[in-house]
Amino acid sequence: MGILFALLAIPAAARAGEVRVAVAANFMAPMEKIVPLFEAETGHKALLSFGSTGKFYAQIRNGAPFEVLLAADDATPEKLEREGRGAGRFTYAVGRLALWSRQAGLVDAQGAVLRSGRFARLAVADPKLAPYGAAAYETLGNLGLLETLRPKLVQGENIAQAYQFVATGNAQLGFVALSQVQADGKLKDGSAWIVPASLHAPIRQDALLLGKGKDNPAAAALMRYLRGDKARALIRSYGYDI
Amino acid sequence: MPIEMEALQAIWLTVKLAASTTALLLLLATPLAWWLAWTGSRWRVPVSALVTMPLVLPPSVLGFYLLVALGPDGPVGRLTEALGLGVLSFTFSGLLIGSIVYSLPFAVQPLQHAFEAMGRRPLEVAASLGASPVDAFFSVALPQARGGLLTAAILSFAHTVGEFGVVLMIGGNIPGQTRVVSTQIYGYVEAMEYASAHWLAGGMLLFSFAVLLALAGLRRHDARVLP
Repeated sequence: MGILFALLAIPAAARAGEVRVAVAANFMAPMEKIVPLFEAETGHKALLSFGSTGKFYAQIRNGAPFEVLLAADDATPEKLEREGRGAGRFTYAVGRLALWSRQAGLVDAQGAVLRSGRFARLAVADPKLAPYGAAAYETLGNLGLLETLRPKLVQGENIAQAYQFVATGNAQLGFVALSQVQADGKLKDGSAWIVPASLHAPIRQDALLLGKGKDNPAAAALMRYLRGDKARALIRSYGYDI
Repeated sequence: MPIEMEALQAIWLTVKLAASTTALLLLLATPLAWWLAWTGSRWRVPVSALVTMPLVLPPSVLGFYLLVALGPDGPVGRLTEALGLGVLSFTFSGLLIGSIVYSLPFAVQPLQHAFEAMGRRPLEVAASLGASPVDAFFSVALPQARGGLLTAAILSFAHTVGEFGVVLMIGGNIPGQTRVVSTQIYGYVEAMEYASAHWLAGGMLLFSFAVLLALAGLRRHDARVLP
């Protein structure tokens, strides 16, 4: 009897697909919340890889089996689309930058701590590799602090590493993605200044359906799901504008 | 395409780091290898295992624990702060500490093999001729183990040049201070600057080939003492 039920269950399971997704490091936390909802509602499975957008670009050009890319910028998906490696580009999140310390009370609500000099190291992501790093440099430039603070800057190769430098206390302060330090609309720990969006160009993060996922219903379903109200509300709760 | 300033800076820093690491490692590894070769202590096996660990640990593990240890709450960080040196992560000294840990087995093992291959006999002869242990070490043992010494130096240097995961974790990617060749190449690839990446990565290929050639030459020259 059990075997019979198992056999009957196979066609349903076969219809549910699997999608391989390359996810920018800053979007790790929200994506890990979105995927169980997506899987429960559609029956599809999503396999996530986290990393930096530049690395994903190199891997995709060299045949990586990803079907959907959730990039940390809009330039890389656009480039891939131009090269004929994907389609259906849209902005799934607009990133917000935060100046964060794990020490409570070190960062004030206006970011005046940057002028105080009460810190030895300021962590940022590499501006050439990470849009959040570029936004951090732009912010420092607009505040007129870039040259004075330059000797204190330490660069992570991506935003996850900038976060790690601050989280381990090796840097007292750092520019990180708000999504890394905020959940459910609240700061998880330490102190932070949410950098006003007027201080840097918007960090548009685009999704792209890659060539390998063109005929995969699970990939199309995920692209749709990310645009849905439920996903958007969750993305917003991590501090993204969308 | 000419090689860029930042690449030259990374090459110079890498050479400086590898040379300093090699010099310090030889000072540190020689007595350690000597002790491991001759001691009857029950600590020999655990110490030997500890020395070998960087060979099998992923650099991300070493890098992560170094980051934690060097940080303000870590044991090394507390010590360096108490000594007035500040926190060493993101500095050249921090990279130097990381490289010494990372390349330790590459210095200790060839030396230990060389000492063991030499055997006790030359030292006994030196002692019977009236040489003090220190004299015997410097005028008999070290010259006998020169093949091992050279191999240790070459491997330490080359292995430090090839270091990646540890610097990525504790370096902070600061041009001229902590950005070495391997992280510079990684940055070029990530930034999609493939032409620059090829220049530097191709150079590394030639360099490692040259190192292995040199080692093969040494091995032929002095097959007895090399691992």
